[in-house]
Amino acid sequence: MSFEELKKIADDKWDELASSKIPVIRIGTAMCGHAAGAYRVLEELKTKVKSKNIEINIQEVGCLGICYAEPLLDIQKQDGPRLFFNNVSIENVDEIVEKYIIQDVIPDTGVLGYLGDNGPIGTESSIELLPGIALQNRIALRNGGHISPNDIYQYIANGGYYGINKAITTMQPSDIIDEVKNSGLRGRGGAAFPTGVKWSFLVGSKSPTKYILCNCEEGDPGAYNDKGILESDPFTLLEGLTIAGYATGATKGIVFIRHGHNGPINRTETAINQAYELGLLGNNILGSQFSFDIEVALTGESYVAGEETALMEAVEGKRSMPRSRPPFPAAFGVWGNPSNINNVKSLSYTPEIISKGSEWFSSIGVNKSTGTAIVCLSGNVNKPGLYEVSMGMSLGQVVEELGGGVSGNKSLKMLQTGGPLGGVLPSESKNICIDFDEMRAAGAIFGSGGIIVGNEDICAVDLTRILVAFCQFESCGKCFPCRLGMEHLLEIVERIANCESKLGDMDLMKSVGGTMEAGSLCGHGQLGFGPIRSAITHFESDFKSHIENNICPTGSCDVPKIVPKNTRSYASDFVPGEKNVR
Amino acid sequence: MTIEQDNLKSRIREAITSQKRPTVTVLSSLLAIQDALRFIPDEAIEEVAISMNTSTNAVYGVASFYPNFRFTPPGDHSIEVCWGPTCHLQGAAKILESVMNKLGLESEGDTSDGKFSFRFNTCLGACSQAPVISVDHELFGKMDPTTSLNIIDQANSNKINH
Repeated sequence: MSFEELKKIADDKWDELASSKIPVIRIGTAMCGHAAGAYRVLEELKTKVKSKNIEINIQEVGCLGICYAEPLLDIQKQDGPRLFFNNVSIENVDEIVEKYIIQDVIPDTGVLGYLGDNGPIGTESSIELLPGIALQNRIALRNGGHISPNDIYQYIANGGYYGINKAITTMQPSDIIDEVKNSGLRGRGGAAFPTGVKWSFLVGSKSPTKYILCNCEEGDPGAYNDKGILESDPFTLLEGLTIAGYATGATKGIVFIRHGHNGPINRTETAINQAYELGLLGNNILGSQFSFDIEVALTGESYVAGEETALMEAVEGKRSMPRSRPPFPAAFGVWGNPSNINNVKSLSYTPEIISKGSEWFSSIGVNKSTGTAIVCLSGNVNKPGLYEVSMGMSLGQVVEELGGGVSGNKSLKMLQTGGPLGGVLPSESKNICIDFDEMRAAGAIFGSGGIIVGNEDICAVDLTRILVAFCQFESCGKCFPCRLGMEHLLEIVERIANCESKLGDMDLMKSVGGTMEAGSLCGHGQLGFGPIRSAITHFESDFKSHIENNICPTGSCDVPKIVPKNTRSYASDFVPGEKNVR
Repeated sequence: MTIEQDNLKSRIREAITSQKRPTVTVLSSLLAIQDALRFIPDEAIEEVAISMNTSTNAVYGVASFYPNFRFTPPGDHSIEVCWGPTCHLQGAAKILESVMNKLGLESEGDTSDGKFSFRFNTCLGACSQAPVISVDHELFGKMDPTTSLNIIDQANSNKINH
């Protein structure tokens, strides 16, 4: 089928949904909604409408970004707007069904707002006026909360696959690479390397088999951006990955997701199956000479599997331990074939870059950080969420305006950015803008987009202890500077947290950290000291209080210090019936 | 060979051969067995080694590396508590303490009555709803110690649901 034919079918289906005679109910069931109880609400809703013999059309959708409002459901009645009900509990469901669906009255519990051309039902205002929506500029997550991630036609009706069609019919692979280079797109996995340049490394290789790997291992605590994209709109990733395949001459794409994250896994696999059915994957895509396959592979639980060479080891089914470089992946990657590893976010931008052009993309953002930043805001903040904003927004604006300020009327003390290998910034960093280079200069990184807010009640030693414990737990153990270094750092930080530090502990940490930076094989060990360094730079007094006065300045360290221990065995033989215990 | 062993081996082989994803590796086979049996028996290490034409040590090396594999049958209900930084700042330590006290555990592990298996989780992926716990793979956000214990009691009174 041609793209035009597909688009026609998709548009008709979308119009049908938009003018549905029975109420269309969209409910966010991404991980943020799931944890807020969306599936329990959904069950209750199904039971309720069944008992009242009401016909409804339920669409499970992803995330609008305003996760604080979850469970979030919106109801679109015929010729009406989409009316949003926020923080819905099982107890609210009856009232919503009885009052709004049956009687056409807005329940007393109120609504978040409306969306659509038909105007409000009553006095409610548009959800587009909420800061959490208004301040966003959604590109990768443009369809989040609006389309069903389980229906490829909804994606196509909303502009999907226009990019790959344009690429295949009007552009040479080299044009695509130039376009991505010109857009200024930099990798969103943490290293911020220019995506177009990375792709060009793969072009020169004459190998008949070339891989593009998409990294959705996302073991970062404090970030669910990649999973959020896959649960909200897996098609944008698949289209981006296919464009990357066309541009680089790769033959196969592998999306690598952590075992157990069933929402992202199921939605991605459903999307892949649908794309194959419509000829948008497989042989002769959209009737062209271009063929490309995509599959999902799973990793076991391992944060280091997010490192590109460790990822390749895991794809091959081994322990996810990084390889020495060179050779680099573009020369010797998965099973020795040339490979290119990209983050979910980076790939998810490319359909829109190709559709709208590199100039459009590069006009968004600041300096050498073009496009948008997907911020996963969490911690002591009123309105946590998954916000996609233009690069260049200040951290202060993120916390105050998007996040609605620090929760509990407390004041801001620290911002932990860039994941567990990032940094801890003080409240004075409010003026720092989300810009890869500016944040790096400030001693933190933007990384994969997590921003964790800590209020005045949090002791920097407490947060540092958790970050170090995470890094120790996740060390793969291949190189000793990281394996032993993390263990020592955790021991020292735990000592300090317990007000039992020894003379010279601060210097000892710096010395161990320096060795790790110089001698570790991959970023896990090289960057693992980062959070400690920034914490002792910006919050020296917290550490001093513990070391010199034997007291935690805020009391937040006075909690049970329960952290898991690294149980990865480094060398042990398999003996049936013995010691194979976990 | 006993009938139970025979049965176990055939379930393992079934899990290995019925994988739907095209790339079959040691890791993918182990994950498939873990999904089917909920643990990795010794026989699975041997069967994967045979099917992937490698040594039992190489397979065990992979299985022992990833903390989601377990080598003994789990309890009836799985309980995971997130200890990541976001959840920690919002009270995860107190939840961990009360859950572990309730289960009578000092670390990860199974209760002696075989009802619960408890694990730490580094991030359950719903930081906006922190602190988060997972009971029988269902996520529960904005937890506190009391509510967490109620949810565990509730799970215990429900039918066993894997």
